[in-house]
Amino acid sequence: MKLTTTLMASTALVVAAGSAFADGHAKMADSMTVVSWGGAYQKSQQNAYTIPYKEMHDGLEVVWDESSAEAVAKLRAMDEAGSVTWDVVDVVAADALRLCDEGLAIEIDPEKDLAAAPDGTSAEEDFGELLVGDCFIPQIVYSTTFGYRTDMVAEGVDPPSQICDVFDLEKYPGKRSLEKRPINNVEWALLCDGVAKEDVYDVLATEEGQQQALDKLATIKDDVIWWSAGADTPQLLADGEVFMGSTYNGRLFAAIEEQKQPIGMMWDAQVFDLDGWIIPANLPEDRLHRAMDFVKFATDTQRLADQAKYISYGPARASSAPLVGQHAELGIDMAPHMPTDPNNAANTFLYNYEFWADYRDDIDAKFQAWLAQ
Amino acid sequence: MSDLTITVPRPPLPGFTLPLTAVLGAIFGFVAGNVYGQPWIGALGGAAVGVVIAYLAHAMSHKRTATRWGIIAVLALAGLLAGGLGAALSGVIIGAVMSWFAYWLDSGDYRKNVPIYYSAGQTLWYNSFLFICGLVFFFLIAPLLPVMWLSFNAEDFFTFTPEMLNFQAEGYSLKHYRNFLGTEEWMTPLKNSLIIAPFATFISVSLGTLAAIGLSQSHVPGRQAIMAVLISPMIVPLIISATGMFFFYAPLGNWLEANLGLSQNFVGYVKVILAHAALGVPFVIITVTATLVGFDRSLTRAAANMGADPITTFFRVQMPLILPGVISGGLFAFITSFDEVVVVLFVGSAQQQTLPWQMFTGLREQISPTILAAATILVTVSILLLATVELLRRRSERLRGLSPG
Repeated sequence: MKLTTTLMASTALVVAAGSAFADGHAKMADSMTVVSWGGAYQKSQQNAYTIPYKEMHDGLEVVWDESSAEAVAKLRAMDEAGSVTWDVVDVVAADALRLCDEGLAIEIDPEKDLAAAPDGTSAEEDFGELLVGDCFIPQIVYSTTFGYRTDMVAEGVDPPSQICDVFDLEKYPGKRSLEKRPINNVEWALLCDGVAKEDVYDVLATEEGQQQALDKLATIKDDVIWWSAGADTPQLLADGEVFMGSTYNGRLFAAIEEQKQPIGMMWDAQVFDLDGWIIPANLPEDRLHRAMDFVKFATDTQRLADQAKYISYGPARASSAPLVGQHAELGIDMAPHMPTDPNNAANTFLYNYEFWADYRDDIDAKFQAWLAQ
Repeated sequence: MSDLTITVPRPPLPGFTLPLTAVLGAIFGFVAGNVYGQPWIGALGGAAVGVVIAYLAHAMSHKRTATRWGIIAVLALAGLLAGGLGAALSGVIIGAVMSWFAYWLDSGDYRKNVPIYYSAGQTLWYNSFLFICGLVFFFLIAPLLPVMWLSFNAEDFFTFTPEMLNFQAEGYSLKHYRNFLGTEEWMTPLKNSLIIAPFATFISVSLGTLAAIGLSQSHVPGRQAIMAVLISPMIVPLIISATGMFFFYAPLGNWLEANLGLSQNFVGYVKVILAHAALGVPFVIITVTATLVGFDRSLTRAAANMGADPITTFFRVQMPLILPGVISGGLFAFITSFDEVVVVLFVGSAQQQTLPWQMFTGLREQISPTILAAATILVTVSILLLATVELLRRRSERLRGLSPG
């Protein structure tokens, strides 16, 4: 009896509250689920985006879901089941393109939906060529690059500084950790097998080129530990289990500057990639308005520059770069740790989205078969 | 009687004690040498130490305690000189084990617990059997120990730092415990787990017990088929159940939200609790069915004969007798819900994030020892809970006079 009364009372309350809101000012939902990657990256987003945003909007509840790694699969399932519980989703550019093609993310008009730079430059111009696809709102530029144990370099040998040092087992003996997928690895292999940078993707498009890359990787296969999560390489480096390994530059920054591990950065041939927001399709009106409002705020010039106080990923707007300051806790200048800093970006590689969209399944299958040999 | 004490002949030193102790020493030496990248030299050195200890044990057989302390002290000192405090501790352990082993062999104690007529082979098997049993326990428990140790790491990696191995204070910290107990990131999932698991347990225990009692009646048609269906969540791969549940509960949740005006958050909890209850039911059915086998049906007839209605009979007669089965089924159901990560990943949304879910994402995205701190706390709590339940059970058995202890 008591339970029924309570249930009925609370139901009545909820209904009353719902209708009161519908009449009132707010077309925006007062709760928002943001999907991200967890860890230091998510913390930087909380500090730079949601904490100030919540201060501006009283009573807003922000729920974080650390599911970006499964974003594509989960959004598909949610869409089929007709209950999309996410409002704003942080994904890498490649996933954003897939979601956009499948109609699971809404299209964005940069002029209308995103804030202009403080000096009046339009958002479209400010983001420039980083606006890949119609649904993707770029947030950061990150890179996949190498770290090495400074205390494991042999006496009288220069620390590794070229990408091809990864393949030089004589000069730099020891295990390497590489990501357990072909992307980036095959490009690096070809670069170190005498292929010119501008020809890499042309060569990779051919059967022989793919075999050539795998053959080059085979020369170090016995010394490779394959990783699948971004946290693996920092852990392996901290353990001294590998001499050098690839991972995201922000992870290496955290291991070097925050954890004080004896690790050095090797920026040569770092591969740039983008990460940013998408908004799922078919959201109810009030949640859609909330999501659009939040994304417009979170990708303005100041907010993107603020994020760089907490993590060493480069802001996606050109106008944010001069505003990048010092690390919020360590007080060191962040600009030299950005992958986009001129000193670090002397030799870079931009992930070719179109190529990998076309060839990913094919090369993936070959790579996995090669791994199993 | 006293003149009947059996004296075991002392085994020969060169043919028995010496080689066996040397082999044990070589094993320890191999492990220790591995730390310095020289396992075979270590094994050789270990064997030499083994020979010395065996000889000492043989020569000083009457001063057992003093000699053992001496051996321990020497090895601890050697460890201290070679690698600091951590190595000294290893020295103490190795010294204790090896000196015990040498005396155990040399004094003939290894034959103490076997009948005098046992052949050498039978004695060997008896002792190997004990040794294998010990190994089984070791392999079950040992993986937990580094987890607990590492949870006090001062660094953010799963790595034993030199400071940790040498027991220096700066290598240790409670920061991962502070991070676990002091942040929303971990406390919200803990709270969610503590909301979901008891409700799910309550539902599965009630439904599972009723189902087991019904299915134990001989007149129910199609008992085997019903049983098979009810047990199926335990047999079907979890990922399949999870996918099915996702598509089953999503429209149900939408309907509840749209027609009853319930909040999305509340509906989320309902969905996860129902899903976990379905997973827990088979455990309750199986344990309760097993206890019902030993239940005497004439008791319910006797109760009916004396005028009790079926409900009174159930609560006053049947329930107390099958309670152990109900409780252990409930424990299984609770653990199933508390440990479950696959179904909640599918059915729940971020507001219902449970502890295993947080551990899972935490482990994939950032290998942080906070997970180890969480694991240590959970293991400690589980041990305390199980110990309490066991103590209570023994106490009630004693009170009812069922056990002699």
